[in-house]
Amino acid sequence: MTMEEKKLNVGAFFQKYTMVIALVAVVAFFALRTGGKTLFPANINNLIAQNGYVFVLASGMLLCILTGGNIDLSVGSVVCFAAAIGAVLMKAGVNMWIAVFAMLGIGLAIGTFQGFWIAKLHVPAFIATLSGMYAFRGFSNVVLGGYQVSISNQTFLDLFGGGANCYVPDVIRQIFGMEAGKPNLTCLAAGILATVIYILMTLRKIHVQKKLGIHQSITGTAITTALISAIIVWLTFKLANHKGIPTVLIWICLVLGIYQYITTKTAIGRHLYAVGGNEKATALSGVKTRNVYWFAYASIGLMAGLAGILTAARARGIDPTYGEGYEMDAIASCFIGGASAYGGIGKVSGMIIGAVLMGVINQGMGILGVDANYQKVVKGIVLLVAVIFDVLSKRQKR
Amino acid sequence: MAKILLEMRNITKTFPGVKALDNVNFQVEEGEIHALVGENGAGKSTLMNVLSGIYPYGTYEGDIVYDGKVCEFHNIKDSEKLGIVIIHQELALVPEMTIGENMYLGNECGHKFAIDWNKTYSEADKYLKMVGLSESSKTQVKDIGTGKQQLVEIAKALAKNAKLLILDEPTSSLNEEDSRALLDLMLEFKKQGMTMIIISHKLNEVAYVADTITVVRDGATIETIDNSGDEPVSEERIIKGMVGREITNRFPKRENVKVGDIQLEVDHWTVHHPLYPERKVVDDVSMYVRKGEVVGIYGLMGAGRTELAMSIFGQTYGTNITGEMKIDGKPVKIRKGADDAIKHKIAYVTEDRKGNGLVLSQSIKVNTSLAHLDAISSKTVIDGDKEYAVAEEYRDKLKIKTPTVEQLVGNLSGGNQQKVLLAKWMFAEPDIMLLDEPTRGIDVGAKYEIYCIINELAAAGKSVVMISSELPEVLGLSDRIYIMNEGKMVGEMKASEATQESIMSVILQSGRGA
Repeated sequence: MTMEEKKLNVGAFFQKYTMVIALVAVVAFFALRTGGKTLFPANINNLIAQNGYVFVLASGMLLCILTGGNIDLSVGSVVCFAAAIGAVLMKAGVNMWIAVFAMLGIGLAIGTFQGFWIAKLHVPAFIATLSGMYAFRGFSNVVLGGYQVSISNQTFLDLFGGGANCYVPDVIRQIFGMEAGKPNLTCLAAGILATVIYILMTLRKIHVQKKLGIHQSITGTAITTALISAIIVWLTFKLANHKGIPTVLIWICLVLGIYQYITTKTAIGRHLYAVGGNEKATALSGVKTRNVYWFAYASIGLMAGLAGILTAARARGIDPTYGEGYEMDAIASCFIGGASAYGGIGKVSGMIIGAVLMGVINQGMGILGVDANYQKVVKGIVLLVAVIFDVLSKRQKR
Repeated sequence: MAKILLEMRNITKTFPGVKALDNVNFQVEEGEIHALVGENGAGKSTLMNVLSGIYPYGTYEGDIVYDGKVCEFHNIKDSEKLGIVIIHQELALVPEMTIGENMYLGNECGHKFAIDWNKTYSEADKYLKMVGLSESSKTQVKDIGTGKQQLVEIAKALAKNAKLLILDEPTSSLNEEDSRALLDLMLEFKKQGMTMIIISHKLNEVAYVADTITVVRDGATIETIDNSGDEPVSEERIIKGMVGREITNRFPKRENVKVGDIQLEVDHWTVHHPLYPERKVVDDVSMYVRKGEVVGIYGLMGAGRTELAMSIFGQTYGTNITGEMKIDGKPVKIRKGADDAIKHKIAYVTEDRKGNGLVLSQSIKVNTSLAHLDAISSKTVIDGDKEYAVAEEYRDKLKIKTPTVEQLVGNLSGGNQQKVLLAKWMFAEPDIMLLDEPTRGIDVGAKYEIYCIINELAAAGKSVVMISSELPEVLGLSDRIYIMNEGKMVGEMKASEATQESIMSVILQSGRGA
């Protein structure tokens, strides 16, 4: 390898992992400034619990953005509306599961409804969802009668990460008759299991690719695998030293896993990228492109329903103002994570990094005691800088 | 010897990792038409971008001497001030604006705070007359055809007081008639003392219009051919310089021609314009294609060829489509949408590979499988390994030049993009392939390879319909030729009996008859 090629490789590496590097830098910065406080197990735990809705909504938002930079402005209001219906149902004594399915169903129905106008009648997504944003904020207020409605169903709260005891119970200690305490052995075991599965899957992939004669960089794969494994182990170790796995983390992982699968392995995922890249060419390839839009908006509706459940559980109730600005957090996570505003480009992994970056900055500034107004200023600057970075690095490539 | 108007000395331009221009020397005499020819990616456009200041002074090495002075252009405005005006290949007109507004866009006449519309339109009309357009400058650009739009581009350049006019592929979207008119206009301007540089792939046009031809290959000027004599330089002579070898046979021989039964047949096929439903775009056309046969459809641009093909391909163009379609002798009714057409084993390879054919932001692999994902997936889950293997297979088969099938299609040259497009449709396993201008805008070497692929498709028993506006191509490749004009099928002849003259005379006669 010549020097020049090496240089190119290093350049390509930085380009590919710009946001990862930025994330590491930001984490390091706040860890130093707060004297390591941001890395306390309790704070790591809070980071996950507070940002659960962002991961869920951003997953749905990513699909919309992939179709051509379309966004869904209504999710914040839909989160509130779905949660409001659920809270009112549970207060009226309806079975918790019925309430949960009602919330998911409402989200899905709203998404399908808005998607219909966007897909079939070509109403611009911005406008269709802006009207949804107004309408469902209004409906939430009506349903709640303008007041907060609290939720007291303990199973619901435990299951979806509300209150103080929203952790997966330490089954291992219970089985071996040990006293509850730190570290949480179930959490550690889950972390190690996840790492082992991950490494095995990577090995299998390498094996299959070798058999097919696909060229691959073993060192690159090894480094990424080692890094991700280290992060999983580190994270579970931290959580084990707090109270264990927060239940909301299970939901986050489930959603991220499903969306990762949809975007990388399925035909509909492929269609999302293709429509965003060149809709005409995709239509001429025999894809029903309008249904692709419909799918994206139905999916984000469902995610808004789930985010409504998580939000209501975490706050142990719902207030007519909940969910305001959630859409912007989701949109920002996708764009910081490298999704293209023109569609066709964007990954779940990038979106995760975007969401974590925003979360870390929020929390770090909170711990440092930065004024809430300035926090917003910083968020805005981060979004702009991230996108400028992305645009510039892509321009250099040409 | 005439005065040298422009001299580019030792120009070297590097992009990260690639030397696009390597020590290029290029001279243009005042009052001549100088052609720049070369394969795709040879560096012609890069050279012109250096000249016009798109790549500003300092990003390249070497000197530009214009009118005796060394110039440092920092942007397009700098070069335009001196009268160097470039007309790009893609038309850069705003369709919703009038001709006059377009001509003075960015160059508005009037004073700082207000545009003088009277002056704009009267000046615009003056220049329109110079290029032979009778349209009013208040006509919207979207209401005139591409041929006239190209003339508006030239009028726009004239309005900037052009002394050196650079035309990048000016005829690539024009039909033969409009192309000829444009070339004659260039000769007219030459008489008036204008200096011009023309970049073109169409070598017959170059030979017709240019005084001097400079051949560019791999970022270097290879040779300069004098074409001012009475007898124009032969195309073979130019091609030899472009590819570095002589291509003796531009069209590969058809071997094992085994023509079978009729595969696709349309009868009394009529298609109406989607926006103006009273207008017939395809008018009572009947045609057929047999298994293993290559049928050429020749016609000028706007003759309804693309519209015919797309209306057959799942009604992807047009409304109120009437007529009968038979596949293998059985009448079929294809529902609206490309998916149903693909199910009936029809493929349509578009003439507009960037606009309608490929997803440029995705890899070769993704593009190859897009029209036939079912074949590599089970229950909508894609088998990534199988997909890779398929993409590799077609890369091999079609000799797509790329390090890996993970390469983004947007990074490929035109010829390789066209091959990916063909790979995509070959993988869809059609019996009937409708190829629309399969060699548009690609270089000579790649053209030959595409011709070979077309022959192989026919040899494999596929029915191939090839639409082209290049007569030699239609004659060289087809078994049978249909001729279309103004939406009607005006002639059919065996390729062995057809000549360029006989085809053109059919078109002229049909025009007179109507």
